[in-house]
Amino acid sequence: MQKLTIALAGQPNVGKSSLINAISSSRLKVGNFSGVTVDKTEVAFKWCDEASCSDYEMSIIDLPGAYSLSDYTIEEKVAKKFIQSDEYDLIVNVVDATNLQRNLLFTAELLESGKKVVVALNMMDEADKEGIKIDEKLLSEILGVTCIKTSASEKSGIDELKSAIVAAYKNDGYTSKVKYSDHIEEEIAKIVDFFKEKKYKKDISYRILAIKLLKEDSETYKMMHDEPIWIELLPLIRASLEHIYIHSDSKDIEQIFRDEHFAFAKGAKMEAMEISSMRAKNFTQKIDNILINKFLGIPLFLFFMWGLFQLTFTLGAIPVDMIDEFFTSIGVASKSVFGEGALGSLIGDGIVPGVGAVIMFLPNIIILFIGIALLETTGYMSRVAFLLDGFFHRFGLHGKSFIPLVTGFGCSVPAYMVARTLKNERERLITLFIIGFMSCGARLPVYVLFVGAFFSQENAGSILFLIYIAGAFFGLVAAKVLKMFVFKGENEPFVMEMPKYRLPSLKLVWHTVYSQAKSYLKKAGTFILAASMLVWFASNYPKDEALTNQYQVQIEHAASPEIQIELQNELKKISLENSYLGKTGYVLEPFFRPLGFDWKMSVAIGTGLAAKEVVVSTMGVLYSLGEDVTEEDQGLMEKIKAEIPFASAISFIVFVMIYLPCLAASMVFVKEAGSWKYLWYLFLFTTTTAWIMSFLVYRAVLIL
Amino acid sequence: MLLSELKKGDKAVIKKINASGAFKNRLSSMGIVEKESVKLKEYSLAKSTMEIEVAESYVALRFKEARLIEVEKI
Ligand SMILES: Nc1nc2c(ncn2[C@@H]2O[C@H](COP(=O)(O)OP(=O)(O)OP(=O)(O)O)[C@@H](O)[C@H]2O)c(=O)[nH]1
Repeated sequence: MQKLTIALAGQPNVGKSSLINAISSSRLKVGNFSGVTVDKTEVAFKWCDEASCSDYEMSIIDLPGAYSLSDYTIEEKVAKKFIQSDEYDLIVNVVDATNLQRNLLFTAELLESGKKVVVALNMMDEADKEGIKIDEKLLSEILGVTCIKTSASEKSGIDELKSAIVAAYKNDGYTSKVKYSDHIEEEIAKIVDFFKEKKYKKDISYRILAIKLLKEDSETYKMMHDEPIWIELLPLIRASLEHIYIHSDSKDIEQIFRDEHFAFAKGAKMEAMEISSMRAKNFTQKIDNILINKFLGIPLFLFFMWGLFQLTFTLGAIPVDMIDEFFTSIGVASKSVFGEGALGSLIGDGIVPGVGAVIMFLPNIIILFIGIALLETTGYMSRVAFLLDGFFHRFGLHGKSFIPLVTGFGCSVPAYMVARTLKNERERLITLFIIGFMSCGARLPVYVLFVGAFFSQENAGSILFLIYIAGAFFGLVAAKVLKMFVFKGENEPFVMEMPKYRLPSLKLVWHTVYSQAKSYLKKAGTFILAASMLVWFASNYPKDEALTNQYQVQIEHAASPEIQIELQNELKKISLENSYLGKTGYVLEPFFRPLGFDWKMSVAIGTGLAAKEVVVSTMGVLYSLGEDVTEEDQGLMEKIKAEIPFASAISFIVFVMIYLPCLAASMVFVKEAGSWKYLWYLFLFTTTTAWIMSFLVYRAVLIL
Repeated sequence: MLLSELKKGDKAVIKKINASGAFKNRLSSMGIVEKESVKLKEYSLAKSTMEIEVAESYVALRFKEARLIEVEKI
């Protein structure tokens, strides 16, 4: 049994993932490339080559799509690093047969890595329909490596591809035939001859080494620097470069080689490809005439988004309610099994609701992700970016930022995850930082409570709307500020392919959604569980046994059920006041006093870090009404109206609008931003902004 | 003239790209190089982004970047 590791490389959207699915039905392993949030899909399977009848254990790694081996996007960085490593035996370069020229440009780069390469001419079914004919024998001749026609969607050419992989693996020696202009070939020959004369020993071919030296590849220079041959080699290279410069009229060696690759790719395409009709292309054009139309484009997109959110938050709400009930009943049941003691409370009040909160998001996440995956695989996402970039670009964001931001109005957890569609690190981070400004569904109860208490019925709707709009507006301003002071630097240029519209394969969509949902459950699940246990502990300890007992006695001897409940609520209030959480509230009070908050409001802000809904139930406890109050509760509204001054209430709303979203979201944020330090920044950023804004609003209302 | 000055439906040949480094690299890996011909397909409402056809692909770019590309109408 021989082991064979294959790197699957290609430009974005050429069908790499589909091809992996077509090659093997084994389970895909999804992980991350070390240190970055770029998915690494791997599949391992056994295959018997009939020609030699030897068994192979193949493992294929799906590299992220890259237009070239550069550092332009994280994906490209990852792909480049992997291609330059020794972690694999052979490259399978997937090529979109309907876009040969641009794809071959990347092939030329891969051929110069010095690794063995097999080319898969994918999308052949589509090429046939478009009347594109490719002579793959001739193309193999020109490139010097085997080219196989495949179609991932029709599963054709897969066995041929496997045989070609094995054949290339067994074939020793490097065969690439990327040809340069004569003057460059001359210089390459000179250096190769020099190596030959010196009988220089190296494990890569002389030609590749010579090309890398001429391309001023820094890794190669570092490697050669310590070799004795270097002293003699250096003048040779210098002279060669001079010659090349004279011929090319330029000293930009990178550019010179890129032009050479371009000429090679174009030449190869001209020779090996023939085109007879343009049918399928017109299909994309027809759709685009409507979808990216100056006037229709944006309304249509908004309509699609509206539909998706309707689905997400109405269809998704059905299982959510069921899950909620399910976990509530488990919570109650576990208390009766484990008793009312510490263990029962830990399980019933800490762990079960914590896990429930994680699972509760799942239906929404799945529906939303199916929608997003459809947007991406059909090619519509690029159109969205095209339509909206003009507006979002002004705030340092990208056209695609729109989707995570709007998702944020529903829930920050999926919003953070959706931000992955942004390929540029800086734009993605800015988007991540401002998602919290879009008021999520969980803040609604807080708003309803306060707006209900302080505004008339007629005005409540408009005020609520104003709160949401103000949040979004603050978010855009914050993005601009972040762009100017934190994530500084020239704007990334925006050059984006508009891929052809394609019908997505359901298997592929499901696979994407499944792996995202799984990673959410795994990562968020563990952290949220730990965090909810921590919050449970902070709000329940230290316990004052004597006081509790004293109350218990009073409750038992209470004259009427009403007094009993009142006493129980009082006990809850005092316990919360004395808990670590309550004490924190007291400690924080001076910090919040300039905003007009009393200690109760400070505690509510603190518990709100766990989840925004908790703000309401905490206030219920603190105003001695028990835990089971809702935002519609008249009693609580009246209490709040009586105890909290108007200005403080407004300032409280503003604070809730801006400060850190819930624990679950924070954990997902860490994962998506890629580092804990960003959570710390986010905390500082949102808290300071919230504080300043609340302060300003508080003072302004006081003056009015 | 500049790529940004083309009208919808215009065809042109790229004469010169006034960029360097990573950005130029990106343009050429998208097939936008000197001597290639392009066609302006559509631009967005506020004239901030445009879609061009080059070789077999469609590429979107901002007007800001399009101003770096000199073309000759055909
Ligand atoms: N007609 C046709 N469509 C295909 C073929 N292979 C893939 N597709 C479709 O092309 C689209 C992109 O395929 P993916 O497998 O996601 O491409 P990818 O290269 O993995 O994309 P990235 O990971 O984003 O680089 C999907 O909608 C596929 O259904 C094929 O052989 N024929």
